[in-house]
Amino acid sequence: MRAVILILAAAALLALPFAAQAAGQPALITLATRIAVYAIAAASLNFILGYGGMVSFGHAAFFGLGAYTVGVMFHHAGAGPMFGLIPGTTHLLVTIPLALAVSGLAAAAIGALSLRTGGVQFIMITLAFAQMLFFLFVSLTTYGGEDGLIIRRPNEFLGLNLRDRVTMYYVALGFAAAFFLILWRIVHSSFGAVIQGIRQNERRMAALGYAPYRYKLAAFVLSGMGCGLAGALMANVLRFTSPDLMHWTKSGELIVMVILGGLGSFFGPVFGAAAFLILETYLAGWSEHWPLALGAILLVIVLFTRGGVAGLIARIGGALQR
Amino acid sequence: MSILLIEQALNGVQYGVTLFLLAAGLTLIFGIMGVINLAHGSLYMIGAYAGMYAAAETGSFWLGLPVALAAAAVAGLAVEALVIRRLYNRDHLDQVLATFALILMANQAIILMFGRQPIFTRLPAGFDGSVQLLPGLAYPTYRLLIIAVGLAVAAGLWLLINRTRVGMLVRAGATNRDMVRALGVDIRLLYTVVFGLGALLAGLAGYMAGPIGAVQVGMGEQILLATFVVVVVGGVGSIRGAFVAALILGVVDTMLRAFLPTLLRQVMTPAEADQLGIGIASMGIYLLMALVLLIRPRGLFATA
Repeated sequence: MRAVILILAAAALLALPFAAQAAGQPALITLATRIAVYAIAAASLNFILGYGGMVSFGHAAFFGLGAYTVGVMFHHAGAGPMFGLIPGTTHLLVTIPLALAVSGLAAAAIGALSLRTGGVQFIMITLAFAQMLFFLFVSLTTYGGEDGLIIRRPNEFLGLNLRDRVTMYYVALGFAAAFFLILWRIVHSSFGAVIQGIRQNERRMAALGYAPYRYKLAAFVLSGMGCGLAGALMANVLRFTSPDLMHWTKSGELIVMVILGGLGSFFGPVFGAAAFLILETYLAGWSEHWPLALGAILLVIVLFTRGGVAGLIARIGGALQR
Repeated sequence: MSILLIEQALNGVQYGVTLFLLAAGLTLIFGIMGVINLAHGSLYMIGAYAGMYAAAETGSFWLGLPVALAAAAVAGLAVEALVIRRLYNRDHLDQVLATFALILMANQAIILMFGRQPIFTRLPAGFDGSVQLLPGLAYPTYRLLIIAVGLAVAAGLWLLINRTRVGMLVRAGATNRDMVRALGVDIRLLYTVVFGLGALLAGLAGYMAGPIGAVQVGMGEQILLATFVVVVVGGVGSIRGAFVAALILGVVDTMLRAFLPTLLRQVMTPAEADQLGIGIASMGIYLLMALVLLIRPRGLFATA
């Protein structure tokens, strides 16, 4: 049953650009690309938030770092090496691993410090680090400061033209598929089990001989790397990167996506990212005052539903089986 | 140079007491009710807008003040009754999200009513000049007024919390919520009183800050993050901690903003120095918070 659903979903995702063009809605392709990219970021956050119980309010920092890796490398490919040492590059096969390394290192540093606290202090300290990076990039005039960096040409990747929105969609979809495959392996590994055990009872896991701090830090780093990957892809989709990508409201939006999709459900973030971006796109087209409606919808979801969209689907599925 | 230093230190104290007015409410709400209220900045904004509107209609700054206080308090009580009350027993994540949704709605409602343009308000009559504090140091009277009001509120809160029955319940609630309830105290009422008081102080801070900056959408979020830093640095639930942290962070932030660009100008071009200086100065309070939390993970004046 599950395999059938997966195959149907994959077929639908592969056929989406043709359907969109046939329906005369090419803008849908870009929307779907953004959903695929944000699904990666939201699922990364969900890994520590839903499975690990760590409420990070600063994950936009890693998203932004991934995007800036692509932007800065593009900048130096034209303007000469960084610090006269590090040459720029426009190859996706270089920028993606680099974005993973940069966001991973940043997550290791931020996580190592933040995980010494817990509860509300953890929420606030992750927010603080993200704000520091935000202001750092605002002040870097070389990279556009507040206005951000325009990436005139998207990265080169296996001779594909990433400016073409259908091609970019398939590339993003491919990365998302690979990402979710790896995430599936991680969540269902013994490491994933330890992480979920720590959420349920940290003291008991410690008593069982697992050092919670080290496991949490490893999960935090992986989660940061996932957001970095999403950011690097987003820079190629937008052909632009700016400090707004790491603004604290972006971190809030990522949390909203996770909650909308259903906390700690594997594919929840996909539904959450889709729900959020579709709502945003259509509400924005309907009225410039769309945040009012978005806020109201969000409030109702938080106050009156549990488990988000994935929970809703599970409940409907359960009702149908009965 | 030293005159400039004193002037900026006073500006820092003025910013610090504004932060304290917000942080006092926020830390009590968190310490007693266990609720993270991101919408506290929206109450600050509502106070500023309502007071500004009333002042413009009546032509008097002082008639705007009670309107600002009332609007923020009423908005706060409504938010408490409709939203926060359902969140007491939820985890922090639900609270962050629900109050994040409230920010989106409050900002948009203000845009619908007043538009996006920042509104500049005038200083009240009698406080639009400056006084000679030291030879060569003329300081705006309005900023002195804010400092005085902030210190008066701090003293009033100290009396309220340490010398009255309500204050005793507040202290007891911050220490052990369940025990207070078990002793037969109507904790619901206490929650409402605390939330209303916090909203009132936020409205006061917003209205007082109006003539110094600009009344605009988003003013709440700008100061909200700084306020959260104050609450966390001071130790959640501690008014004393909030007061000390607010003054320290207010002065540090103001000093960095005032002097860092000038210092950086010694080593780089003015335009670059200004942007980098402002950027690093904005990071200052967050850096300070990270340092404090690393040394004292529960803040400077943490209660239990």
